[in-house]
Amino acid sequence: MTAPFPSFEAGPWAAAAMIAAVIVSSTAGEVLTAAAMKSIGDLDVIRARSGMKGAIRAVITCPLFFAGVSFLALAFFSLLFALNHLNLSLVAPAAASLTLVTNAIAAKLFLKENVDRRRWTAAVLVCVGVYFLAH
Amino acid sequence: MTNLPGISLAHPGSLIAAVFTPWVAVGIALLIGFFASYLTALSWADLTFVLPATAFGNVIVALLARFWLHEPISIQRWAGIVLITVGVGFVANGPSLTERPATQVATAKQPSTAVEEEPVR
Repeated sequence: MTAPFPSFEAGPWAAAAMIAAVIVSSTAGEVLTAAAMKSIGDLDVIRARSGMKGAIRAVITCPLFFAGVSFLALAFFSLLFALNHLNLSLVAPAAASLTLVTNAIAAKLFLKENVDRRRWTAAVLVCVGVYFLAH
Repeated sequence: MTNLPGISLAHPGSLIAAVFTPWVAVGIALLIGFFASYLTALSWADLTFVLPATAFGNVIVALLARFWLHEPISIQRWAGIVLITVGVGFVANGPSLTERPATQVATAKQPSTAVEEEPVR
């Protein structure tokens, strides 16, 4: 990557790669953040015990949380990069809806969440709905 | 942001100044509020429960655009609103947290409860 970015006409493979980068980094960010919050424990309980400051300290002293936020930031910047080369009407629905499905897969694989038929149905319905809404 | 004068990379200071514009500042404060609530929800619910549920925000945005900003909404978008609402209804009827065996929960909670007494749940 050299600055200033060459303005190229992105082919289908380049477009797919850019959208894939957004989806992969955002899924990694969501899963790491969720894992961090599970490792910290119920924030309402922590806040009841040691106050708002204690709850904030519990979050910002968790390394997993910063790993998650870094990936979310990476997802944001790769989204900006994709928007620089592709149309908003392609990137926004694709990125917003596909992350729901990849997150369900990643949550089942890495967080060992119980993704039953009800949750699969919800993920797919919301995915299609977001696609329609963002298109 | 569209009301502000154009921001160029040659003057990054103008981007900092934009942060203190009232509307942008309110937007940032609300985003911080969103992230805090999102993290709190993730601390007691599954990711596959929280993520579809937060997608309901898209429906609220579309309805605000329709009834406050008077933007037209196509049939396709109404279909999207219905699908998201049904999907959220589906996931909200189920359990919010995966049931774990008691031993696994005990080891997972050890760091936070090692010093203090067991919280009443």
